[in-house]
Amino acid sequence: MKKAIHHFSFGKLMVYLFLILGGIIMIFPFYWMITGAFKTTLEIQMFPPRWWPASFSLDNFKEAMRMAPFGIYFINSVIAMVSCVTLCTLTTILGSFAFSKLNFPGKHILFGLLLGLMMVPFEMIVITNYRTVIDLGVYNTTLALIIPFTSSIFYMYILKGFFDSIPDSLYQAARVDGCSNWKYLWRVMVPIARPSLVTIILLNAISCWNSFLWPMLAVVNRELRTLPFGLYAFVSEGGAKTELMMAASTIIIIPMIILFLFARKQIVNGVARGGIKG
Amino acid sequence: MKITIQHLTKRFGATTAVNDFSAEIQSGELIALLGPSGCGKSTMLNMISGILPVTEGKIFFDEEDVTDLSPEKRGIGLVFQNYALYPHMTVLENIAFPLEIKKVKRAEREAKAKEMAKLVHVDMLLDRKPKQLSGGQQQRVAIARALIKNPRVLLLDEPLSNLDARLRIEMREEIRRIQTETKVTTIFVTHDQEEAMSISDHIVLMKDGFLQQVAQPQQLYDEPVNCFVADFLGNPPINKTHGVIQNGQLVLDGGCCVTLDKAAICKEGQKVTLSMRAEAITVDENEKNAKGIIEETYVMGKEVLAYVLLGDYKVRAYIPAEKEFTKGQKVNIGLKKRGVFLFDDETGERLA
Repeated sequence: MKKAIHHFSFGKLMVYLFLILGGIIMIFPFYWMITGAFKTTLEIQMFPPRWWPASFSLDNFKEAMRMAPFGIYFINSVIAMVSCVTLCTLTTILGSFAFSKLNFPGKHILFGLLLGLMMVPFEMIVITNYRTVIDLGVYNTTLALIIPFTSSIFYMYILKGFFDSIPDSLYQAARVDGCSNWKYLWRVMVPIARPSLVTIILLNAISCWNSFLWPMLAVVNRELRTLPFGLYAFVSEGGAKTELMMAASTIIIIPMIILFLFARKQIVNGVARGGIKG
Repeated sequence: MKITIQHLTKRFGATTAVNDFSAEIQSGELIALLGPSGCGKSTMLNMISGILPVTEGKIFFDEEDVTDLSPEKRGIGLVFQNYALYPHMTVLENIAFPLEIKKVKRAEREAKAKEMAKLVHVDMLLDRKPKQLSGGQQQRVAIARALIKNPRVLLLDEPLSNLDARLRIEMREEIRRIQTETKVTTIFVTHDQEEAMSISDHIVLMKDGFLQQVAQPQQLYDEPVNCFVADFLGNPPINKTHGVIQNGQLVLDGGCCVTLDKAAICKEGQKVTLSMRAEAITVDENEKNAKGIIEETYVMGKEVLAYVLLGDYKVRAYIPAEKEFTKGQKVNIGLKKRGVFLFDDETGERLA
């Protein structure tokens, strides 16, 4: 401890001040949302703002839950997320294996084209996806929420990178022993790539949980909405009752906060490795 | 099991890695596939294992033509240079994996794996992961995994190159022991002549995709068929000099005359290479094969390594420690029968 104080230079002090400032900026919205969820209508509109609610009553939460079917939204979100993540992980594993270890004509060109697709912004793909969903006749069903997210080039790219780093001699050793590609993939590659896979699943789960634009376009029925869209609808349909909105938001982020607390290391690693996905 | 290789050729695009290779490997032998880096020896091994398809030629295991057989049907055990152990499996699981693929029952395959572990002396490490093993132990596990299927042939690709010097000697003796105990026909690839010489029954020496010579280690050293084989084997490297046959004598570049019985079979005016092993050269008053000048001497303890000028060439010779020579001294050089070779300058073929 003494040693630490001795080496505390001015530069280091600035770094810590900067980090603390950044931390406050990051935490403040959460603080405002959670305290806001407990405030009364009067408290939240006060100026200068009150930093702390006078009493912690759960009335806002009850009111919010009464006004919109968040329970159904929650179940819809879980169904969409679990299906998307499961299917997407499966296709990602199979695709990455093919691109990494199998040889077929046009492999590099095909992968290059797929990577090129990553350059197209999501908002543009939305339009074609919308058409596809209508043509498939699944518009305004739960399937519409799932189908566009059953494969991901980004995750395939990450996993392929990891598969590439597994030496080919492992593959050859297994082949010599009579191991099929299928068995090799599930018995050797997937267990070795588990840390990468966990990261991919977590990142995918978070982005599914938070997705807003697509669920808003793909479904219209109230009972098919997912949480983020439901929250938005709640705000626009129920009027700007800020304290209820805060309460509803708090309920929604709880599952993600729990997930983050349990899997913090993998998420941080994953974001650091992926580099681009926030 | 006997392995017969007939006119085997492997081309990668324009480059030919293995060229018209024919050899026979007797059952139960330990064979070293020796050659400098890039000579095609690993390609050769991969073709025997079936990982690489053959361009031309045939491979037979006993009487069976295996040329177009896929690796798993050939009944081979393969040990890779980096061992290729599955990092997420324990030693026991690694060794038992080939049987797991064959759908052998758990109890049975684990019993067999333990037996194999005992053979290669890793039976106290069964629950460890490969990461927790030393290089030598990983090597043993890889050999056990290759042997568990009772392969007809055991193939090892540079098995010792990832080990430190002391372990290398220990492991090569282990490979010999395991091979002797299991009597499995074994081929191992190496670029280290000492490794090949010390443990193998026969050495297959390759260069640039061409087979140079197949012989027992001592025979390869004593009777090289060409200049490359003579150059490749031996430490210190063989002394190589060039000259022309004149009046039944060999005249080296720089005018040094060498009297040589072997020169009699050469044509007058033929250009030849005279290669001499350091231990075949004597510096003595009595023998007069040639005259040389002492250039430099290095005391080695039991003997002295001398650099002697023969014409334009500086050759290494071992001389007894009790004799003293000074730099620049003119001496008589004697050549023993063993370890002195004449090669044709153009073809590199052995003349005498």
